[in-house]
Amino acid sequence: MRAAAIYPVEGVLLVSIQDDITDTDILDLQDALSERIGEMDAKGVVIDISALEIVDTFVGRVLAQLTAIARLLDAETYVVGMRPAVAMTLVELGMYLPENRTALTLTHALQKIRGSGPG
Amino acid sequence: MTFEGCRKAASVDLRTDRDVAMARGVVAKVMKGEGANTLMQTRFVTAVSEIARNAVKHGGGGRLDVFLLPRDRSVGVECRDRGTGIANLPEAMTDGFSTGDSMGRGLGGAQRLTSTFEIENAPGGGTVVRMTGKLQRR
Amino acid sequence: MSDVKLETTLEVLKADFNDILSDWIDEADESGAKRSDLFSEAEEREQAASLLMAFRKGVKEGQRDDGDFDLEDDYWADLRGVLSEITNERVERGVRPEEMAALVLALKTPIIERIKVKLCKEPDRLVDEIMLLSKAIDRFALYTNEVFIAEREQVIERQREEMMELSTPVVELWDRVLTLPLIGTLDSLRAQEVMESLLQAIVEYKAEVCIIDITGVRTVDTQVAQHLLRTAAAVRLMGANCIISGISPKIAQTMVQLGVDVGEVSTRSSIRSALKDALERVGVAILPVDSVPAATK
Repeated sequence: MRAAAIYPVEGVLLVSIQDDITDTDILDLQDALSERIGEMDAKGVVIDISALEIVDTFVGRVLAQLTAIARLLDAETYVVGMRPAVAMTLVELGMYLPENRTALTLTHALQKIRGSGPG
Repeated sequence: MTFEGCRKAASVDLRTDRDVAMARGVVAKVMKGEGANTLMQTRFVTAVSEIARNAVKHGGGGRLDVFLLPRDRSVGVECRDRGTGIANLPEAMTDGFSTGDSMGRGLGGAQRLTSTFEIENAPGGGTVVRMTGKLQRR
Repeated sequence: MSDVKLETTLEVLKADFNDILSDWIDEADESGAKRSDLFSEAEEREQAASLLMAFRKGVKEGQRDDGDFDLEDDYWADLRGVLSEITNERVERGVRPEEMAALVLALKTPIIERIKVKLCKEPDRLVDEIMLLSKAIDRFALYTNEVFIAEREQVIERQREEMMELSTPVVELWDRVLTLPLIGTLDSLRAQEVMESLLQAIVEYKAEVCIIDITGVRTVDTQVAQHLLRTAAAVRLMGANCIISGISPKIAQTMVQLGVDVGEVSTRSSIRSALKDALERVGVAILPVDSVPAATK
């Protein structure tokens, strides 16, 4: 079952994570994304988590890992749409996700990615 | 802490990671039904996710029961796994400790996000976690 | 003891329901439990009647084998239902838990008086029945007390939240720029509420920058500094940015001495510089009116 579809837009990979995602799905997503980044030489990845009511330490870690992987492949990862309660809970868990870039929405993220292009 | 005599609202058999996701959904539904505040619900269900995952990944699977505690305006969760128990409980609760991947962060985090939290090795093997979460901020 | 099933009580409730109801209300009035300033006679009577009917039902079906009564049992669902209906309204009107409990306890007298008449020839049975009835009504009173207290706490909590909203106003200073002036002391609970207000405002206003002004915060110790940093971290996770303004030289010293690492969070000494910074970030500049071409005014 695909819990998240990956859409390429302007050299950026977009993915929206659904609320009932399982650990396995999320690891599969990490693999799939890493491959696609390489395939299309993406300059960015935007992960929309606005549907997630819960982001626990596992998901937090995967997000951080994905960011690190993408960066090695020269792509920036943005996490967008985090809900207030989720943000507060992550902070309480000590997960500040410092390596992840964030933006309010998909649009904001795309703007930032465009803006930070070479030259 | 015991949930004996408390009304059981739901029960989840934990075998695969799909069940971990189900446990999240089930507890969320129960809390929503009791009129829980969003933030309190998010915190508690996050804790549930951590311990349910623990049971599946390190405990060989198990069972999670959800209880209503109207007098405390809380919900309670008891999670038993079939594993070999945790050899060093205090160490396991410290953030960063890990026998594989993730256990340390998870349990310590779960404790912080809940109102009461108890973990013990069950006689006969396995670990039992009992925790409660308030429905409202006060 | 457990074969006493409150038969006489049930007989009496069946035969004399309306009289018992009236006597109950009178008894409550005498003991000060009735609130005629809050409810009309008709309302009072209607509510008491529902309670009494539900009580009768519970007594009929809900006595446990050990002779006790547990109002959480299914048999008492009707009573719980009636109670929850009238609780909210009574609490809102200012009825206190102890007044409600006294009302329930006042039910003993009218019933016991009638049981005495019926069982006057059987003193042992009379004593047993009175004790058991007393127990049932006590449980009823205790349960009512709990329900009231819980409801009252909820009402208080709601009112407190409303007050909180008034005292931690998040203001939209400009398009996509929010400001949160903090005043007074900042304990853990308030800090969490403030954080929540701010984060929800970010969603509502689609804000990209939040200026948290601490000019009005009396003392900045490690705890306060930590609350601020956690708030800034949560804001960042959602995709916006924080600027903490109002950092006086004294506060700056304290924070350095405490070893507080502000890290990536922007700080400014005044709201003014914070505002300029914030506006720049959303692509806006403040210019003297003269420098703006006439056609666009």
